[in-house]
Amino acid sequence: MSKVKELFNKYQVLAYIVLLALLCVVPFALPKAVYVRYACNILMYATLAGSLNIINGYSGQTCLGQAGFFAIGAYTMGALSTKFGISFWLLLPLAGILAAFVGFLVSLPTLKLKGIYLSIVTLGASEIIRIIAQTWTPVTGGAMGIKQIPYPEMFGLDTFRPKYYYFIFLFIGVIFLFVTKRVLQSRVGRAWISIREDEIAAKSLGVQTSFYKSLNFMYGAFWAGVVGCAYAPFVNYIEASQFSTDTGFNVLAMIVIGGQGTLIGPIVGSTIVTLLTESLRFLESWRYVIYAVLIIAMMWLRPQGIAGASRSILAGGKIKRKKQAAGAEGGATNG
Amino acid sequence: MADTRTPLLEAKGICKYFGGLKAVEEVDMQIMQGEIFGIIGPNGAGKTTFFNVCTGIYPPTKGKIYFEGEDITGISPEKAAQKRIARTFQNLQLFKFMTVLDNVKIGCHIKTSSNLFDAVVRTKKYHRDEEYAIEKSLDILRSIDLYEYRDTMAGNLSYGMQRKVEIARALALDPKILLLDEPAAGMNPPETRSLMEFIKMLNQEGYTITVIEHDMKFVMNSCSRILVLNFGEKIFEGTPDEVKVNQEVQSAYFGRGLVAGEALK
Repeated sequence: MSKVKELFNKYQVLAYIVLLALLCVVPFALPKAVYVRYACNILMYATLAGSLNIINGYSGQTCLGQAGFFAIGAYTMGALSTKFGISFWLLLPLAGILAAFVGFLVSLPTLKLKGIYLSIVTLGASEIIRIIAQTWTPVTGGAMGIKQIPYPEMFGLDTFRPKYYYFIFLFIGVIFLFVTKRVLQSRVGRAWISIREDEIAAKSLGVQTSFYKSLNFMYGAFWAGVVGCAYAPFVNYIEASQFSTDTGFNVLAMIVIGGQGTLIGPIVGSTIVTLLTESLRFLESWRYVIYAVLIIAMMWLRPQGIAGASRSILAGGKIKRKKQAAGAEGGATNG
Repeated sequence: MADTRTPLLEAKGICKYFGGLKAVEEVDMQIMQGEIFGIIGPNGAGKTTFFNVCTGIYPPTKGKIYFEGEDITGISPEKAAQKRIARTFQNLQLFKFMTVLDNVKIGCHIKTSSNLFDAVVRTKKYHRDEEYAIEKSLDILRSIDLYEYRDTMAGNLSYGMQRKVEIARALALDPKILLLDEPAAGMNPPETRSLMEFIKMLNQEGYTITVIEHDMKFVMNSCSRILVLNFGEKIFEGTPDEVKVNQEVQSAYFGRGLVAGEALK
């Protein structure tokens, strides 16, 4: 039995390598440059949605302000690279740390709040960040935004072409998944999930829920900041309206549709929502109606999302006893 | 019987009011190291509220709680757990969607200390903690006869077994005192009997246990002392034999007057 498992583990690594190799070929295989741009968007939003999923899907809080953390990252890159010429690779972790710090500040008043009250605070924080970006002209360029953000250097490749920029997003996404998987399989990840499943029980077992909720916000904000930092040079020009609550809700839609509480969910969500956005462009604003219907249908039929954690409180809190036999197959959904 | 030792857990004049409702009124309690202490009383007597005050879920309106002689009045449940006061809940607060093993592993939280960095880098500490959590949890599950259900989702188990998972989870804290809120509720007689044996065994291993229970056979056979609450007030405290013959306890349970008097004869 253990040999079978060993073999499986071996092939699992192989499967990951094959998958990664396939992902590396994608930008060269796609026939049009615009398709490569879509692929970049999918990767970027997958990581951004993943960072939101850390908060909403794993510790069960409801954050609506991911656009704010995203903005912090983007403006860190925009301002520091154009004014001081600091390297992108140095700013990448710095943007994350700054966003995590803001995440910490946002988490402070929210520790005592739950549900909809918490959501409103995060939403407010996100708007405050946007308004600061719009008015703090010396740093953020105000309504003019920041233009001509330098492209990152990467082995002398022309990163202004999406074909190569794709690899930056792929790199961030892979690192995010790798690190997050490790965190989730540890004491910290278990503490987060225990807060989602039953906060009182978690407390009674000595899990300092405020500390772990705060850490959870910081971790989610960190990755949103990192993605923001990579976003700024990709679009080359940033201004406050790109970080409105619409962006936040767009990312939220991804995890609601794709799934919460699993690592794969946000990737599925990002793919679906990004492709829908592009293919439904001819409908203009009407496409938001389609999102709305999709989200409502999803919450009705499958609250945890397409690829979400079925075996969790996110799935509506009901245990299906019929599937008792299937229940023994292990905790894969929370991995 | 004057006892000069410091009690392990002591409550002095505990009151807990919810608005105008006096849920607990001036209750004193002293639990000594190594005993099984019972709390009984009719429904709504304030037993669970009293428990919640002792474990930090609610701060008391008045009064003090001491643990090992130290004032712990109004500490948070997390802090109480860190002082290794472990508890179970009357209405089951299991992580239903997690496996039995994972439930108990979370109980090992305070006994381990790896942080985010350890988890990402997979330091020695991380491996040591994971090994500890798994071994400790499996040991507990073996002792409570849940080993074969370790990979089953906790919510899929029968009610009685879910109660055992909760006890297992509390034991993972290596508690100095274990507070069980109606551990036998929802269990059938054989299950209750085996639970009683298990609790006695834990006690012999050195655990101090406090138990709220309605099953009188259970309480009378295993507890060394019993506290009786009624309408939030302490009406009696003593050994099981004293409780059985006490007039006030009888009237609290059976009522007063001719009919009740007849029933008792």
